[in-house]
Amino acid sequence: MNDLLQQIVNGIAWGSLYALIALGYTMVYGVLRLINFAHGDVYMIGAMVAYYAARALLAPGTSSAGAFFALLVLSMVSCGALGFLIERLAYRPLRGAPKLTALITAIGVSLLLENGGQLVFGPDPKFFPQLLETRELSPGSGIVVTNVQLLVLCVSLTLMVGLQFLVFRTRVGAALRAVSYSAEAASLMGIDVDRVISLAFVLGSMLAGAAGVLVGLSNPKIEPLMGIMPGLKAFVAAVVGGIGNIPGAMAGGILMGLSEVLVVGYISSTYRDAIAFVILIVVLLVRPSGLFGASLQEKV
Amino acid sequence: MARRLSLLAAALLSCLSVGACKQNAADEIVIGEFASLTGGTATFGRSSDAGVQLAVNEINAAGGLLGKKLRVVVEDDQSKPEEARTAVLKLLKQDEVVAVLGEVASSRSLAAAPECQRAGVPMISPASTNPKVTAVGEYVFRVCFIDPFQGSTMAKFAADSLHAKSAAILRDIKNDYSVGLADFFRDEFSHRGGKIVTDVSYSEGDIDFKAQLTTIRGVKPDVVFVPGYYTEVGLIARQARELGISVPLLGGDGWDSPRTVEIGGNAVNGCYFSNHYAADDPNPVAQQFIQKFRAKYSEVPDAMAVLGYDATGVLADAIKRAGTTDGKKLRDAIAVTKDYAGVSGKITIDEQRNARKSIVVLKIDGGKVKFFQKVEP
Repeated sequence: MNDLLQQIVNGIAWGSLYALIALGYTMVYGVLRLINFAHGDVYMIGAMVAYYAARALLAPGTSSAGAFFALLVLSMVSCGALGFLIERLAYRPLRGAPKLTALITAIGVSLLLENGGQLVFGPDPKFFPQLLETRELSPGSGIVVTNVQLLVLCVSLTLMVGLQFLVFRTRVGAALRAVSYSAEAASLMGIDVDRVISLAFVLGSMLAGAAGVLVGLSNPKIEPLMGIMPGLKAFVAAVVGGIGNIPGAMAGGILMGLSEVLVVGYISSTYRDAIAFVILIVVLLVRPSGLFGASLQEKV
Repeated sequence: MARRLSLLAAALLSCLSVGACKQNAADEIVIGEFASLTGGTATFGRSSDAGVQLAVNEINAAGGLLGKKLRVVVEDDQSKPEEARTAVLKLLKQDEVVAVLGEVASSRSLAAAPECQRAGVPMISPASTNPKVTAVGEYVFRVCFIDPFQGSTMAKFAADSLHAKSAAILRDIKNDYSVGLADFFRDEFSHRGGKIVTDVSYSEGDIDFKAQLTTIRGVKPDVVFVPGYYTEVGLIARQARELGISVPLLGGDGWDSPRTVEIGGNAVNGCYFSNHYAADDPNPVAQQFIQKFRAKYSEVPDAMAVLGYDATGVLADAIKRAGTTDGKKLRDAIAVTKDYAGVSGKITIDEQRNARKSIVVLKIDGGKVKFFQKVEP
């Protein structure tokens, strides 16, 4: 019983990382109907920025919550800027082009970041500094919950709630939703569509940056190709939750983490990567628009 | 996606390399080396390459071989088996090397060995311990011990020295080396009356091991055998300690890298692994080598550097004895290597083209790797 509870804790902690990345996918897809395949690599850049900043600015062995939050913000801002640049340079020139063109460009950007990352950062894995000392919060209960796990979950939840608030309760959010509904009509109403799309990219990339720092904190080994698999799985999580839906992405991410951990714990690690896609197929068969997605008529 | 592209590039490269042929100068002997200079296990390749370069410099400073200078062409395989094969094809076809040194990882040696065998060019692996490597053919050798010996030594060590009654295994399921070592450990430990309480796996590149470790925690083993590479071992140790697993973790020579301690931190203290050599071994040959190595690279060599050095030494010794670089004759000369005084101990090549050598068990203590005991074959 203890084991099962422990596995569930492990799964939720692991899933909240997927959830953060999935939120970014959903954000961009919701507005632009574009799957930004470079998203997983932005997450890698987020981890790298924090790694190099920590090495350059902090004394080795520093562990303080202040330093951690400063790096989190720095990494989010850098990734936001990167997201802005990616959108401006790679996707905006293709705004009128067919969807497929933008999709292939996204794959191109992803490859550029992965291989460029290997050139710039070097392909060997790096050890992410321990900014927070891992402490057990539940001694004696037989179930280990660490402060880092809790922090990862809290940051994910906070960012999700913040995002939900931004999208549904603010004027900017209204603009986002308007562009998502119809870019043309929105521009007729005086909304600057390009700016709104930029904003969606910036927000999504910031979330990926945050995920990068958090994964470095909880699983301190980072390398330039670290974004490929989590990116793919977070995408699946976003689709399972109903792409474009914010709480859906969160739920999808947690579901993904939980099922992965349970499969590894009780069946075999060989199926670790397969389970994500099995869930995807099953969910899409039963609910084609995802768990939380409203069924919508796409204009084909 | 990235993998697919690199495969394509590899295919293109190998097509090109067949066409282009470069004439090697008459006054030099060209040998090839393929190593993981970059990628997931980059310290393996960099260390073994440092050992090879040191050996080549010394041989040339002493007048070279057969009146010629020795030149080594190094190819990086990026820690990927498919790249290893391409790298060796390039060495064989384009650089026309007379012998090939490499690799540390068994998966990568296994990918490249058939090419050397087909070309009739001797290959010496410095540190691939999986038995299958030299079974590829009569042109493939190694200067290290093999996994049945390594695995059974660690099983004996767990049972006799640590008095372990039960053990858990956490193996890297995608890695020939890890799977082989786990199997040999399992057999010997059970044979000695110990109980393997659980046998779980992960895949290279994973960063979250809590699910497997929770399973291991549930069955309360006396030791956990983790025959993986250093990149994962540090993280595994960390997460094991977080979950409250306090028993020693045991491993093989794949742990031998400064990164094990760097990533593992306090979590790897009190863990043991088997290795080819210990830096605090009092043997004068070893101490002399360590001094030379430090003078050149200003760091203490790990076992991969030592084996790179020894592999080059064995090859040079065979070229001298053969008096030629002809593939067949050179192969025969390597095959009869006897009591070659290497840094990692006396090397004798047996009928299976493996080296018969002693093994050391090292203990990690206070962030330092220390000699614990030596086991003769």
